[in-house]
Amino acid sequence: MIKGKFIDNLPKVYGIYTGGFLVFIILMAIAEQAGMSAKLIGIFFVAFTVGIYAIIGYLSRTLQLDAYYVAGRQVPTVFNGMATAADWMSGASFVAMAGGIYFKGYGYMALLVGWTGGYVLVASLLAPYLRKFGCYTVPDFIGTRYGGNLARVSAVLVLTVASFTYVTAQINATGTIASVALDIPFGIAVYVGLASILICSMLGGMRAVTWTQVAQYIVLIIAYLLPVFWISNKMGAGFFPHFMLADEVARIAELESQFGLGTVKNSAADLATVPKGLAGITKAHSEVNTTPWKFISLAVCMMAGTASLPHVMMRYFTTPSVKSARRSVGWSLFFIFLLYSSAPMLATLSKLSLMDPNLTTGIIGKSIAEVQNIDWYQNWNQANLMFVSDFNGNGTLELNEFFMGGKAVVLATPEIAGLPYVISGLVAAGGMAAAMSTADGLVLAIANALSHDLYYKIIDPKAETAKRLIVARVLLVIIGFAGATIAALEIQGILGSVIWAFDFAMSGLFFPLVLGVWWKRANAQGAVAGMLIGLAVGTWYLIHVRTGGTPIWGVTQLTFGIHGALASLVSMVVVSLATKAPDAATQKMVDEVRIPSGRTVLGKQH
Amino acid sequence: MSKQEQHWEKTRGLLFVTLAIWFVFSIGIFLFGAEMEASNFRPLGYPLSYYMTCQGSLGIFVILIFWFANRQEKIDEEFGYTEKEDD
Repeated sequence: MIKGKFIDNLPKVYGIYTGGFLVFIILMAIAEQAGMSAKLIGIFFVAFTVGIYAIIGYLSRTLQLDAYYVAGRQVPTVFNGMATAADWMSGASFVAMAGGIYFKGYGYMALLVGWTGGYVLVASLLAPYLRKFGCYTVPDFIGTRYGGNLARVSAVLVLTVASFTYVTAQINATGTIASVALDIPFGIAVYVGLASILICSMLGGMRAVTWTQVAQYIVLIIAYLLPVFWISNKMGAGFFPHFMLADEVARIAELESQFGLGTVKNSAADLATVPKGLAGITKAHSEVNTTPWKFISLAVCMMAGTASLPHVMMRYFTTPSVKSARRSVGWSLFFIFLLYSSAPMLATLSKLSLMDPNLTTGIIGKSIAEVQNIDWYQNWNQANLMFVSDFNGNGTLELNEFFMGGKAVVLATPEIAGLPYVISGLVAAGGMAAAMSTADGLVLAIANALSHDLYYKIIDPKAETAKRLIVARVLLVIIGFAGATIAALEIQGILGSVIWAFDFAMSGLFFPLVLGVWWKRANAQGAVAGMLIGLAVGTWYLIHVRTGGTPIWGVTQLTFGIHGALASLVSMVVVSLATKAPDAATQKMVDEVRIPSGRTVLGKQH
Repeated sequence: MSKQEQHWEKTRGLLFVTLAIWFVFSIGIFLFGAEMEASNFRPLGYPLSYYMTCQGSLGIFVILIFWFANRQEKIDEEFGYTEKEDD
């Protein structure tokens, strides 16, 4: 069926894969009609998709350094875009984003703008230049450009802090989904999730992660778009929701004022009876509900963080050329755009189907007893994601008496809108794919930095290929287990820690990376100061705000990267100028990086 | 000025234009959230502020990156810095 090299046959291979997945969905739909239980469908969906990733991971095993670290630098532009999109869109994007928009409206959408706008910075400031450099990891660039072990170690430190904060959240998300879909306790599900993550990455490193991420992107985008289009058409809201929901958005605003949003407030005593983690609708759907500074500061942090997170940057090390690295950023953002532009539409459809009394699914205005008798309400109430209570005692469900968990917008809406259970199974598989693909990229970023930059470049520069690859794999397993152990403790929420990761990354790495390319005068002392002082100031400010300190310039715990990055920029410039300019060889190296043609700065194997 | 310096000058020029457009749609317009909301210009019928956050700015970023990539390729070609296919 398939002749020649795998790389030459990619469209065919993934075309067959996509077709096979669609056939699988149809088979499951038929099985559902034939009476297969919901639980079994969920298990099939997760087991089938994870099984395929595992097979891809096994087939991509390798014993070569450049295949393990940078997928042999032969990932075509568009496919690298897909892999980056999966790498990027985490469990939080998939499961939590629509919920955030549903509850917080405009103020939350700063994240959408930030998480896409950051790619303009990646494409114009960094990706093509780092590709030309020819490094294996982000600290590899810092270490070689500035020279010296201190710079390298500082970069490894920032990378580890940022990526590790992020990865615990992702393993947590894999565990949550695995525990729901497979019906096992969370504490065990976390390790099931971890095992699936490691199978995809351990044998083939970046090469295996690349090809599983492409497969995961296909699953997650189908799982996200299919319900949005289906619900929109079923409700008669519009054939193509993205362009046709203006009336629905206006209708929500109308219903909000009809139901007294913002005028009826719940007492603290009433709110205390609502289960933890659930929220009511308290903000208008489409109104501008935040100050420009709050919106912009959050967007800026996410943008600079995007351009500093190593697991994203290292995806652009895998393309065949500088030109394709640059184009690949555009494709990445296009594939991300497909999901991000759908999230607000899902939030709109979800909210309207619950609120509108003219729709059969609407529950606001119905009697409390009637709502409590609905099947899906009972299911999600049991899962601790929905709650109603008759605060004013009139027997009717008011807008302020309905509470929901953020995850329910993505997970429960198909069921609320009356879609068959097979769609819920598909959504679970999509969420699993999103969380796994990001976790894979992150675990690999940390393990590669430790094995290449710390072990090979500093501790044992004479190590042979076989030994280096063993060390890389052992570290991968250790990092994975450490992440899972912390995830099992459930210290922090998923979305909060994701945002922190961006702030940490921008505090320590944004300016050292950007100035490394764009400012020849930047030297090692400056870079070390920039990384360490940036990280220290950012961390200090986070602790300062968390322990009740007065915010400076209205910067919150979600945007602490502003202070971190500012400190990083100032210290880097001041220290660079106060110390000696980089030597001629370094200046020449920067010149080389700035043109696409010619040899990479670092050799093919290093 | 050497060939390489000229190339870098043009590259830097393109960067500034790209970042300026980026700035307008990621930061600039959101200084005027309330004004956008009140605006009579409603793309596809959505309030302008809502539209920009869920599609407008996002779509512009996608187009901007491809535009930037094309321009940069032209600059590289002009100075003969394009990579060889077998590189």
